[in-house]
Amino acid sequence: MEVLLALMTGLLYAAGLYLMLRRSMVKLIIGLVLLGNGANLLIFLLGRIVKGAPPIIRADANVLTGLYADPVPQALILTAIVISFGLQSFAIILFKRAYKVLDTDDLDQMRDTDDL
Amino acid sequence: MSGPLILQPVLFHLLLSVLMLFLWRQPRYHRGISAVGSALSTLFALALWYRVEASGWVVLQAGQWPAPFGISLVADSFSATLVVLASVAGLAVSLYAGRAIGMARVRFGFFPVFHFLMMGINGAFLTGDIFNLYVWFEILIISSFVLLTLGGEKRQIQGGVKYFTLNVLASVIFLTAIAVLYGLTGALNMADLALKMDALDNRTLVRISGLVFLTGFGIKAALFPLYFWLPASYHTPPSAVSALFAGLLTKVGVYAIFRIFTLLYPKDFFIDSLLLALSVGSIVVGTLGAWREDDLRRTFSWLIIAHIGFILGALALRDARTLSGGVFYLFHDIIVKTGLFLCAGVILRITGTASIKASGGVMEALPRWSLVLAIPLFALAGIPPLSGFWPKVSLLAGSADQGAWVYAGALLAGSLATLWVTARVWSGVFWKAPPSGMEVKEPLVTAGRDRALLWPVLMLALVSLGMGLFPEPVQSLADRISTGLMDREGYIRAVLPTLSMQ
Repeated sequence: MEVLLALMTGLLYAAGLYLMLRRSMVKLIIGLVLLGNGANLLIFLLGRIVKGAPPIIRADANVLTGLYADPVPQALILTAIVISFGLQSFAIILFKRAYKVLDTDDLDQMRDTDDL
Repeated sequence: MSGPLILQPVLFHLLLSVLMLFLWRQPRYHRGISAVGSALSTLFALALWYRVEASGWVVLQAGQWPAPFGISLVADSFSATLVVLASVAGLAVSLYAGRAIGMARVRFGFFPVFHFLMMGINGAFLTGDIFNLYVWFEILIISSFVLLTLGGEKRQIQGGVKYFTLNVLASVIFLTAIAVLYGLTGALNMADLALKMDALDNRTLVRISGLVFLTGFGIKAALFPLYFWLPASYHTPPSAVSALFAGLLTKVGVYAIFRIFTLLYPKDFFIDSLLLALSVGSIVVGTLGAWREDDLRRTFSWLIIAHIGFILGALALRDARTLSGGVFYLFHDIIVKTGLFLCAGVILRITGTASIKASGGVMEALPRWSLVLAIPLFALAGIPPLSGFWPKVSLLAGSADQGAWVYAGALLAGSLATLWVTARVWSGVFWKAPPSGMEVKEPLVTAGRDRALLWPVLMLALVSLGMGLFPEPVQSLADRISTGLMDREGYIRAVLPTLSMQ
């Protein structure tokens, strides 16, 4: 399971970065989405994966003993997902607006602000 | 007792934003609320600062959860001083924006978003939890996206696309570093992390996580070679917005680098050498960029990059004296860069052109006020009685003691180049007679309500002048902060009183 998730994480990062390097704005957004998902998966993976051991203290004990699934990474991922939703929806509006104003999808054409 | 004080810099701005959202259909009240609110929040920030100076630390464990389990808010002298300076810069920008930002932008929520941004900045300065720092960063970047693109001009949208992409990339990199650290230590609280990271055996992975942090924060702080988004975007929004970005946003990245690399990665030869090399690179690239630039605000944008190099080089040397110079420079830079971009806004209104070559005659239009506008400009170059001079003395003396001659040389060359650039701006914009055919819009500024644009610049100029004429208290504050930053034990003890005893 860990190996599969590690491969998936690597694949998502690689695909995300590759798409960000393309010239099209649509691919740029998809790249950002994949990259964000890659980071979320990485947190999940590095929080150690434990099967069938919920972090619930038994009635006759005061502390958790043995292996248990760490709930913190899930809280982190949830926060990161919510934030990236916000960012992505803003990105889509911004890029749509950019397409309308500039009449191009090609990032190489957006050079006005770099010109001297 | 300390709870409300440390929460005020964050919650008060939230309150202001929410209040203005309720008054969405009465945008005419926004300016007043923002100005009064910013003034009050400066007072609150000062109260927090006094408290920290009196008692050393103000720590709040959110929801009474003891330190490694809950989120800690931590104010030491460094955080508290930065909150004060951010409030002062925010007040100036709020006053300036009240006059300069048109009703069209105000109607679409300029001021609520401005206060959300201030909330994010203060939150980032005050948090003691690394994931919480990520969340504050997201709050402040999403507010900055809105401020940058609000108005939807063609240039703004183009700058916005670049700014957005690189900042989101930086956030993902930052998140990756947090994931690696959590995987290594199982901790998120920075004091707890500092304790646990010392015990780790896998130093290579620790170092790699440090480099990932450096990349993420380096993009946000516009460190060489990760700075490309800055000169492509900072000159596109209205001057009030670029002043806020120039004064505070990159500085939050610098603050994060200071905090993370003093607390979590103390003295690592590889990381320190890399940071020093990148700082020197920033100084070189920033000044060269400013040298050949003709657009006024882009010239200043390049200088931001150069001066980030001054500040971060001080951290890389890991020496209390140099670091105190870097901290002092950071304080000076927040005030002066904000003032400078506000100046640029005033100049753009008078001359109507962004180009230095095509402008001129400001001295003629505003003979007395030109002297006020000159203060941020020449403080930037570090001409002696002004505030840029004193930190450079500490930086130079400290780096010479350490034998860091390349950095010291870059510092001197960078200062000289900055002086050359500011002299060029002064002679090109202020002294030179306006080119024929250009109409100096004198009445716009000297008469009527636009004159009020000059007051915030005067306020920042006076703060800068005060720091320059009375450097002793600022220097001793910077000294205390730099010793505090080098003393990790102090931070850990303040946040984790029980755990560090063991």
